[in-house]
Amino acid sequence: MLDITANTPEFDPAYASQAAFRALMECMARPGEIRTLKGADAPAPFAPATAALIKSLADYETPLWLDAAFAVDKKVADWIRFHTSAPVVHDPADAAFALVADARAMPDFGRFAQGTSEYPDRSTTVIVQIDGFSGDAITLKGPGIKTTRAFSAAPLPADFAARMADNRALFPRGIDLVFVAGHDIAALPRSAMIEEH
Amino acid sequence: MSAPVYNFAYLDEQTKRMIRRAILKAIAIPGYQVPFASREMPMPYGWGTGGVQVTASILGPDDKLKVIDQGSDDTTNAVSIRKFFVKTAGVETTTKTNEATVIQTRHRIPEQALTEDQVLVYQVPIPEPLRFLEPRETETRRMHALSEYGLMHVKLYEDIARHGHIATTYAYPVEVGGRYVMDPSPIPKFDNPKLSDSAALQLFGAGREKRIYAIPPHTHVKSLDFEDHPFEPYRHDAQCELCGAMDSYLDEVITDDAGTRMFVCSDTDFCEDRRAAGHHGPQGGPVAAIEKEGAHG
Repeated sequence: MLDITANTPEFDPAYASQAAFRALMECMARPGEIRTLKGADAPAPFAPATAALIKSLADYETPLWLDAAFAVDKKVADWIRFHTSAPVVHDPADAAFALVADARAMPDFGRFAQGTSEYPDRSTTVIVQIDGFSGDAITLKGPGIKTTRAFSAAPLPADFAARMADNRALFPRGIDLVFVAGHDIAALPRSAMIEEH
Repeated sequence: MSAPVYNFAYLDEQTKRMIRRAILKAIAIPGYQVPFASREMPMPYGWGTGGVQVTASILGPDDKLKVIDQGSDDTTNAVSIRKFFVKTAGVETTTKTNEATVIQTRHRIPEQALTEDQVLVYQVPIPEPLRFLEPRETETRRMHALSEYGLMHVKLYEDIARHGHIATTYAYPVEVGGRYVMDPSPIPKFDNPKLSDSAALQLFGAGREKRIYAIPPHTHVKSLDFEDHPFEPYRHDAQCELCGAMDSYLDEVITDDAGTRMFVCSDTDFCEDRRAAGHHGPQGGPVAAIEKEGAHG
């Protein structure tokens, strides 16, 4: 049984957090690009990279929302509270970060905080765990992408491209997505556009 | 007595997390000024406290840091910030643009094109491009929300009406990714074209005004202008007296009481590289560049 109070010894709060953040920063700046993190141990269904990102970015200022797959085991919320002091909230619209383990059943993007026209930064960053960066590719363009970039992730909701288009239409409001597969991460910030074929 | 011990890169971890979250939002919304809880730093406002906080939050032990002030590696501001990070983060520093992974800058963009493995961090005094036109934060925030930038065009038009051309020479306003109008910090407008479609991530930190904003790599940045008065970068019509460069941004240096002047490259690393490669202008031999190496702090 995993002790929730265990701090992964190699996850140094200064150096490991910096490395995880820096990888995510590069991913945000280059939508669809995949980077590998060192990862941290946490109760299931946490992927190692998700645990590392939460340890690096969450604290008492960042309410977290958990999807049903994350919320089912009480150990998850206990681990989050012990390691980050972040409050776990019930309404996704209150969350700074949302954790989604069941990507196919991802809630409608509109249920998360979208920010306001004056403060578009007050929105939710949704961390979505997937099986891998493979499957049908979508073509991305926009800031951070020189021409276009192909991006694959599976599983995703069937209407994912339409959701991304709706999210982009809200710009500068909208949510930012971070995808995690094991130790690998990629990001689709709200500025990313999906090219129609 | 032992010396005071700092956390890596001076800032505490909670502060870094807060700044890192602001940086992520800034990248996701190119050109939008994200408010952040700027900390007091062991240096006065105006000395780059915003840039220092951004650099401290992204810096890792493997980074190689370059700091420039008006293009120069060896002015007071650049030397003291470099020493600050040597002391608090133990990172390697360099004056070579092509060796640096993080470059903190005050008022210049290096002449040499940056790469995708580099991050450029700007020190910003006044992040709000509309501030001199509208002093109320509530109003400028609404103007950004509505993309209501007519006032800025009126200002540029008044320049033309009064001077015959757009007389803004530095901190020349730009539009980022077709949405937000942004102050590129007081860089000369000569540097504005380098903001656009850069391979490097560009981060802007304003400490006193508590704002962070960003331009992701390969983002279109347009300097505001009019069809009949297109944007034109300005450069003194001269060559660098030391390296002979005809295409770099020049500083005008007064050399005696009689008003004798010379033009030299503002980017010291660029100038030294050229002289080391054998280029020289009327007053500079190629050898002097090598002698200067030891002088960097």
